[in-house]
Amino acid sequence: MSSTNHSNVSYLEDKKGLWNWLTTVDHKKIGLMYLGLILASFLVGGILAMLVRMELISPGEDFYSADTYNRFFTMHGVVMIFLFIIPSIPAALGNFVLPLMVGAKDVAFPRLNLASWYIYVVGLLLAFWALLYGGVDTGWTFYTPYSSEVKGPVAMIGLAVFILGFSSILTGLNFIVTIHKLRLPGITWFNMPLFLWGMYATAIIQILATPVIGITMVLLLFERMSGIGIFDPSMGGDPVLFQHFFWFYSHPAVYIMILPAMAIISELISTFSHKKIFGYKAIAYSSVAIALISFLVWGHHMFTSGQSRFAAMVFSFLTFGVAVPSAIKVFNWLATLYKGSISLETPMLYALSFLFLFTIGGLTGLFLGTLAVDIHLHDTYFVVAHFHYVMFGGTVVAFIGGLHYWWPKMTGKMFNETWGKIGAVLVFLGFNFTFMPQFLAGFRGMPRRYFTYADEFTIFNVLSSLGAFFLGIAFVIVGINLVMSLINGKKAGQNPWHSLSLEWQTQTPPITENFAQDPVITHGPYDYDTQEVNH
Amino acid sequence: MSEKHSHVHVTPLWVYLAVGGALLVLTGITVAASFVDFTALFGIGSLNFAVAMIIATIKATLVALFFMHLYSDSKFYSLTLLAGIACLMIFIVITLLDTNYRGEIYEIEKGPIEPKAKIYRSAE
Amino acid sequence: MSTQFHVAHHFTDAEQQRESAKLGMWLFLLTEILLFGGVFVAYAVYRVWNPEMFINAHKALDVSLGTINTAVLIISSLTVALGIREIQLGRAKTSWKYLLVTILLACVFLVIKYFEYAHKFHEGQLPGKFYTYEGIVGTNPHVFFSIYFLLTGIHAFHILIGISLLTWVMIRTMKGHFSSEYYTPVEITGLYWHLVDLIWIFLFPLLYLIG
Repeated sequence: MSSTNHSNVSYLEDKKGLWNWLTTVDHKKIGLMYLGLILASFLVGGILAMLVRMELISPGEDFYSADTYNRFFTMHGVVMIFLFIIPSIPAALGNFVLPLMVGAKDVAFPRLNLASWYIYVVGLLLAFWALLYGGVDTGWTFYTPYSSEVKGPVAMIGLAVFILGFSSILTGLNFIVTIHKLRLPGITWFNMPLFLWGMYATAIIQILATPVIGITMVLLLFERMSGIGIFDPSMGGDPVLFQHFFWFYSHPAVYIMILPAMAIISELISTFSHKKIFGYKAIAYSSVAIALISFLVWGHHMFTSGQSRFAAMVFSFLTFGVAVPSAIKVFNWLATLYKGSISLETPMLYALSFLFLFTIGGLTGLFLGTLAVDIHLHDTYFVVAHFHYVMFGGTVVAFIGGLHYWWPKMTGKMFNETWGKIGAVLVFLGFNFTFMPQFLAGFRGMPRRYFTYADEFTIFNVLSSLGAFFLGIAFVIVGINLVMSLINGKKAGQNPWHSLSLEWQTQTPPITENFAQDPVITHGPYDYDTQEVNH
Repeated sequence: MSEKHSHVHVTPLWVYLAVGGALLVLTGITVAASFVDFTALFGIGSLNFAVAMIIATIKATLVALFFMHLYSDSKFYSLTLLAGIACLMIFIVITLLDTNYRGEIYEIEKGPIEPKAKIYRSAE
Repeated sequence: MSTQFHVAHHFTDAEQQRESAKLGMWLFLLTEILLFGGVFVAYAVYRVWNPEMFINAHKALDVSLGTINTAVLIISSLTVALGIREIQLGRAKTSWKYLLVTILLACVFLVIKYFEYAHKFHEGQLPGKFYTYEGIVGTNPHVFFSIYFLLTGIHAFHILIGISLLTWVMIRTMKGHFSSEYYTPVEITGLYWHLVDLIWIFLFPLLYLIG
C-alpha cells in the first residue's frame, strides 16, 4: 500500500476482476458499485410506477385488483425512497467526487465505506425478497395500527429499512470526518466547493435523524410480535405517536434527498455560467440552516392525524422557516446566471430544469404547510404532485444532471451531447406532462392511494398516465445514450466542462490514489472571473 | 481544522479516582433522594423528577468531561454531543406539545349559518 | 517498524488518523443517543399520560439491584478510563488488566440483570400481550414493562457489544499491538463504553427511582 508507484494507470484499469471490485476500498469503485445498484433500484421503482399509472389510466379495475394496486404503489414508494433517492447522490456521486474535491486519497474510513455498501446490499436484497414475496400494502409510511396487524412481509421490509438506515449513517459519518479532517491545506471551509457544504448538511441529518427510523422499525417489529402497546391502540398505544416517530426521521429525510441535489446544482450553475457563484456564504449557510430547521417541522405531515391543535399551529408556523433558506439558494443561483456566459450543455439543461421544477415543488409545499389549506389538500393528488416535483423534479433531475456532469470523469468517456440534450428536454417535458395534471386533480379533491377514481378526474389521469409513459421513454433514451458512450463514446479529456473545481484537475479517469501528488491550491473552485481554465 | 499537538494530554490519576468517587457518592444521593418526597415537601409539581434528573445530568457531565476527555479535548467533540442532546430534546419536547394538548378543540359557537354559501344555493 | 507504521495511506500523519477515528466514534455515539432517544420519547409520553401507573409499576423493580448495577457500571467506566491512561503512558502490561476488570464488571452487570429479568418473567411482569401480573393499579401497566424491557434490553445488547469490543482490544493490548504512540482502538472502545454507562445513568433514575 505504501509502495505506490505513481504511474498514470486509471482506477478502472488498476486491479481488475470481480473479486478486486468486491473487496476494493477505493471510494471511486465503491461509488460505481453503489451507482449500479441504485440505478437498478430506479429501474424497478420506475417499472412499478408505470404499473401504477397503467391501472389509473381509466376509472375502475383495469388490469389488476385494488389489492395488487396497493402493493404496487407501496413498493414503488419503498424502493424509490429507501433504495434509490436517499443513497442516490451521496452514496453514488458523493462517494466518487467528495474525496477528489477535498484533495484526499480516499474517504476517512475506506473499509467502513465498503461495509456500508454491503449493508446496503443486504437491505436491498431483503426489500426485493419482500417484494417477490408479495410486497406490503401499508404505504411506504407503514402507519400503525394497520401495519402492526396486517399480514404480509411488513417485518421484512421494516428490517430492510432499519438496515438501509445503517448504510446511510455510515456514509454520512464518513463524509463528515472526511470533510473535517482530510481537506488539503489551502482548502478552507469557505474555499471549498459548495457540493461539500451540501454533503455536510446532508450528513448531519443522516447521523441525527436516521437512528430514529431504526428504533421506529424496531418498535414496529416488537409491536407486531408482542403487542407492546406503544403504537397499537388495542393495547393502549397511540398510533399518532408512530407518526411522530416516523416523520421525525422521514421529514429530515426529505432534506437528505434534496440537499445533495441543491449541492449539485450549485456546481452545475457556476460551471456552465463560467462565473463565480453568487453569494457563496449564503448558499453554504442556508444548507446548514435547512438541515437544522428540518428537525422542527415534521408535524406538518400530521395536520389531519388528530395531533393537538397547538402542536399543529407550531408546526405550521415553523414550516415556513424552511422556505427562507430554500429561497435564498434559488435567488443566488439565479443571480449567478445573471450576466454569466451560459453554455447550454446537457448537465446545465438538467440544472435549469431543476430550478423550474424545484421552485414549483417548493412553493406548492407552502400551500401544504399552511394549516387551513392542508385540511383540504391533505391526502389528495396535490400532495402526490408536490412531492414528486420536489423529489423527482428536484432530486432525480439533479442526480441525472450530476451523473452527466461527472460521467466523463467516472468513465473516461463522453456521451453523445445531442442525444443528451434531447434526453434532458424530454425528461423535462415528460415530467410536467405527468405531474402537472395531478395538481389539478388533487386540487379538485381526488384522493391519493386509490386504484380508481370518480369519472370527473378521468382527463387528468389519462394525461398523467400518458405523460408517465412519455417520461419512461425519455429515461430509456437517457439510459441508452449513457450506455452507448461506454461502448463507443469519445475519450474524455481531463476537464471537458472547463471547471475550476479540484476533481477536474486530475487525469480522467483518476488514478487509484486520485492525485499523482498532492495538488497545490492556488485558487478557489469558483474563481472564473480571475482564473484561466486549463483544459 | 485540527491543531496538531504532538503529545496527548494524560489526565492525572487523582482526577479519575475523584470523579469515580463522586459518581458513586452521587448514586447514593440520588437513591436516598428518591425516598424523600420533594414534591409534597415544597409543593412544587414534578420536583422529585427534577431532582433525579439534575443529579443524573451532573453524573453524566462528569463522565463526559473527564472519562470521555471532553474537558481536555477539542471543543468540537463537546459540540457534537450537545447537538445530539439538543436534537433529542427537540424530539421529546415537540412530541409532548402534541400529546399533552390532545383533544383541545374550538368551542363551536352558536350563530347563523352563512345563508349565501354556495352549497345552500345549489340545494334550493 | 517506525511510529508511522499504523498510518493508513490516505492519512498524512498519525495525529490526523487518530483525530479522524475519534470524530467518527463521537458521531457514531450521537446515533446511539438518538436510537435510545426514540424509547425515551415513548417513556416521556406514557409517563405524562399515566403518572400513577408509572409510580405503581416501578415499585416492581428492585432498587437495591439497580443501585448495585449502577455502581458496577460506574466502576467499570472508571477502570476502562484507567486502562486507557495506562496505555497512554505506555504501560500495556497493566493496561490489559484494567480492561479485563472492566469486562468482568460488565459480566457482573449482565448476571444481575439476568436475575432481575428472571424474576420479572416469573411474575409475569412482561411487555405487551405477555403481561399477566395483576398486582399493579393503573391503566396499561404492560406499557411500563414494554418500555422497561426495551430500554434495558437495548442497553444490555450494547453491553454485549461492549464486552466483545473490550475483549478484542484487550487481546490486542496483551499482544502488544498498542503503545503510547498508537492506542486509538482502545480509546474509541472506551468512548463507547462510557456512553453505555452514560445512558444507564439516566435509565436508572427514570426506571427505578420514580416517585
